[in-house]
Amino acid sequence: MLAFLLKRLAVVIPTFIGITLLVFALIRMIPGDPVEAMSGERGMDPARYQQLLHEFGLDRPLPVQYFEFLARALKGDLGVSIVSHEPVLREFIDRFPATFELALCAILFAMALGIPAGMLAAVKRNSPVDYGVMGVSLAGYSMPIFWWALLLILFFSVHLGWTPVSGRLDILYDPPRVTGLMLIDTWLSGEEGAFRSAAAHLILPAIALGTIPLATLARMTRSAMLEVLRDDYIRAARAKGLSPLRVVVKHALRNALIPVVTVLGLQVGVLMGGAVLTETIFAWPGIGKWLIEAIHRRDYPVVQGGILLTATLVIVVNLIVDLLYGVINPRIRHPR
Amino acid sequence: MTHQAVAPPHPVAELWRDFARNPGAVGGLLVVLGLVCCALFADWLAPHSPIEQYRDAILTPPAWVAGGRAEFLLGTDPVGRDLLSRLIHGTRLSLGIGLVSVALSLGFGILLGLVAGFSRGWVGTAIMRLMDILLALPSLLLAVAVVAVLGPGLANAMYAIALVLLPHYVRLTHAAVVSERDKEYVLASRIAGAGTARLMFITVLPNCLAPLIVQATLGFSTAILDAAALGFLGLGAQPPYPEWGAMLAGAMEFIQSAWWVVTFPGIAIFIAVLAFNLMGDGLRDALDPKLKR
Repeated sequence: MLAFLLKRLAVVIPTFIGITLLVFALIRMIPGDPVEAMSGERGMDPARYQQLLHEFGLDRPLPVQYFEFLARALKGDLGVSIVSHEPVLREFIDRFPATFELALCAILFAMALGIPAGMLAAVKRNSPVDYGVMGVSLAGYSMPIFWWALLLILFFSVHLGWTPVSGRLDILYDPPRVTGLMLIDTWLSGEEGAFRSAAAHLILPAIALGTIPLATLARMTRSAMLEVLRDDYIRAARAKGLSPLRVVVKHALRNALIPVVTVLGLQVGVLMGGAVLTETIFAWPGIGKWLIEAIHRRDYPVVQGGILLTATLVIVVNLIVDLLYGVINPRIRHPR
Repeated sequence: MTHQAVAPPHPVAELWRDFARNPGAVGGLLVVLGLVCCALFADWLAPHSPIEQYRDAILTPPAWVAGGRAEFLLGTDPVGRDLLSRLIHGTRLSLGIGLVSVALSLGFGILLGLVAGFSRGWVGTAIMRLMDILLALPSLLLAVAVVAVLGPGLANAMYAIALVLLPHYVRLTHAAVVSERDKEYVLASRIAGAGTARLMFITVLPNCLAPLIVQATLGFSTAILDAAALGFLGLGAQPPYPEWGAMLAGAMEFIQSAWWVVTFPGIAIFIAVLAFNLMGDGLRDALDPKLKR
């Protein structure tokens, strides 16, 4: 297991370094002056310019600048937002729970519907149920999620009036921040209606964000199930006289889930990308909305730090998934 | 050997036979052909100019709804432009973005993949590691980052999407080249005196094309979707371009009053993406020898 871990790390560390290089280069490729870009000030006097040039370390050779950037980034110093003058890491940490809560609910929604739907489609192969599940899944896969989100708002919020249009919580409530996860914080606060309000705000964004993972999971579960259902041990289980449900759930699903777990890990990237759109539409105060606003405001330290942190997060989660994959599937750990 | 009883079908005919068996794929192909026609003949098909503002017809509902006018079949937008005409002209932009970004990434992807596959030293490793880094970033985030650097706009959105698509083609080409390069026909060609460039493009590349064609078709749907997403975020095509995603960007405030402004551009994106996905799936099934017979 240790060898496997080291092998995975040998791939992850260069990727991380590559991303720091990319992000470092990014800020230097912006047309115009990097001092003005980093400080957000324009037409400053030469003395101030020289001072800032030195402060940002832009007067030193590029390799030195890179290693300083890397050293600071590893210590968690990603600079200060031009707009709010808050440290970038602080802003990221403040907003992360909102995105985490949204992404978690989205993926739970996707799993709760996608895996059973994929199983059903595989068991009832080439039946109307199968065609229906695959058709809906292809449609979900082709859906522009920002439009899907607008349709959900149009129907559930505007037409039926069931859910609020945007935000995380009704302004009536102000639960003390404990975990940063609104569902848990409102639950802990015990305020009447607060939890309901948080859940009502969360449901549409979670559905919108979870739709593409749902479609992917359904397709993946179906094809993994079809592979497994052909195996001899399934026939043996059936021959023993086990109930069809038991064969599918206890025997087939376990092995079919192995590729599904990998796909699940890959969804983290999809979720972070989708969060940019979903959060913008629902005014959800998370990482995605923060990044887009930073781009519009030319808040380059936030853009730089935010992309680095998000990419690192995706790499780390993928690493964890890879390791989990090694745990549930010993064939990966001991090749041949 | 002069009396061959049955000639094997021409590869293209065989491909078409396999493709035509899949009704979804044929449907996708027909829709794509329709979209291409819309893009080519937009000037004749569109009843109005896509940018002319009819001040007397602001937010007119579709023709079949009370208050609608026959001349504006799908209604008008908040500044009185005909939605149908904008959607038809938008086809040109979306397909154009797809074409340019897929062509860019396919071209560079094949080149890099071939180089990576043929050079067994550090060059190949460096290219493939770089692609891994690009793949580690969420695709939309990467596109957003590129646009953040280059600045918002249609051309920059295309470059960003090309960069996002690039690693897929590099990896596919690389994988195909690695499996082909040591085969005997390549060795024979090398012994016959073929240079590396000839080996790459004339001997090996034709045998790697099948997965690339499928990926290019699916790349179109990704490109259209990502371009629309960038347009929606205000980072892609800028007003007054009738880009489908950008058309939705301003629609949010009319969600209560004018559903048609919100609905139709999305349907256009959805249909285009779905058609390319269906076609790509069909092509994959038809080109994959493992699934045949």
